[in-house]
Amino acid sequence: MSEAIKDLLYRMAEDELILGHRNSEWTGLGPILEEDIAFSSIAQDQIGHALANYTILNEQFGEPVPDVIAFSRDEKQFHCCQFVELPIGDYAFSLIRHFLFDHAETIRYEALALSSFAPLGSLAKKIKGELKYHVLHGDLWVTKLGQGTEESHARMQTALNEAFPYALGMFEPSKYDEELEREKVTIGETALQTKWLEVVTPILEKANLVLPKLSIKDRKYGGRQGYHTEYLQPLIDEMTEVYRLDPAATW
Amino acid sequence: MTDSLDPRIRRADMEHAPSSSGLVQNEHWEPYAVFHQDKRGEQHVFVGIVHAPDPEMALVFAKEQFGRRKKTVSLWVVKSTDIYSFQHEDEDMFSTVPEKTYREASGYPVRKRINKYLDELKQFEKQKYLDIEENV
Repeated sequence: MSEAIKDLLYRMAEDELILGHRNSEWTGLGPILEEDIAFSSIAQDQIGHALANYTILNEQFGEPVPDVIAFSRDEKQFHCCQFVELPIGDYAFSLIRHFLFDHAETIRYEALALSSFAPLGSLAKKIKGELKYHVLHGDLWVTKLGQGTEESHARMQTALNEAFPYALGMFEPSKYDEELEREKVTIGETALQTKWLEVVTPILEKANLVLPKLSIKDRKYGGRQGYHTEYLQPLIDEMTEVYRLDPAATW
Repeated sequence: MTDSLDPRIRRADMEHAPSSSGLVQNEHWEPYAVFHQDKRGEQHVFVGIVHAPDPEMALVFAKEQFGRRKKTVSLWVVKSTDIYSFQHEDEDMFSTVPEKTYREASGYPVRKRINKYLDELKQFEKQKYLDIEENV
């Protein structure tokens, strides 16, 4: 059982860490000051969620401390989906990814609020309000730009077309799905994806955006098994640059 | 135009900017006044402004701008142009107010009565304490 929960914690933490790092690349470069602050703050929240999950791994399962887990491994040992690794692109892409990801995360934590594994249950309750803000922010931007000018609509639709095959990678089935469901830790990836589509589809419709038609082979799986895009290792190199100067340094 | 060394930065091309501004819809966002409430039942207090294309976005921005560092239970946003104000040159309307001390609560003799009551209360507490000491 503990292997299944550890795998789940690693998957969630790594999605949050990598996307948090990616989105923080906008800090100082956001389209306007207010949005720069909001988006940076959301990125910080994501890294906070990663820290919370790594802390559970450390305290409940004797894994190394969060900094060591986060900063001293290479890409093969990361369990994140490929979706979160992709470069920030233009703001349309970053917004669409934020929108798709935070809805998925919200649904994931809603399921976890009822978890038989207490540390995840209490984390889910703690960050509920943060996630509520994240999706409010994402929904508003996606709707406005989708309904906006011809250019803003076109850019959002292009971003959605690029993002969607990778977004499905968030729900790459795990060999532990059945066990996690049976032990009432959480619901399986396929069920999460169904719920997620039920939530995002009407919002995208309102934004005049269309989900691209995909065949099964278009889904970007592999991240959960350590198969990543060319973009992850450079991100890790940058993220760990200071840490690697002196891993034993204390702050 | 000087290119930034950071590939993510695209600097504005000031030299070759078009003479007509070519504004698109909503490019000029409006200022919204933000009012912050730190406890239910307390007043919402003006804390600053955000720029936004509409009230919903103003709220979303205000949340991080003014609600991320201190305790917050609610925020209001109001379009700055919807706030009506006196001109500063009309300040003379208020100029004689400091002279009108009879409008202040301190101008009433009630203060003396309050102090007298407080003294009595102090005496009473002291006496009670002494009584207890005696009994012990």
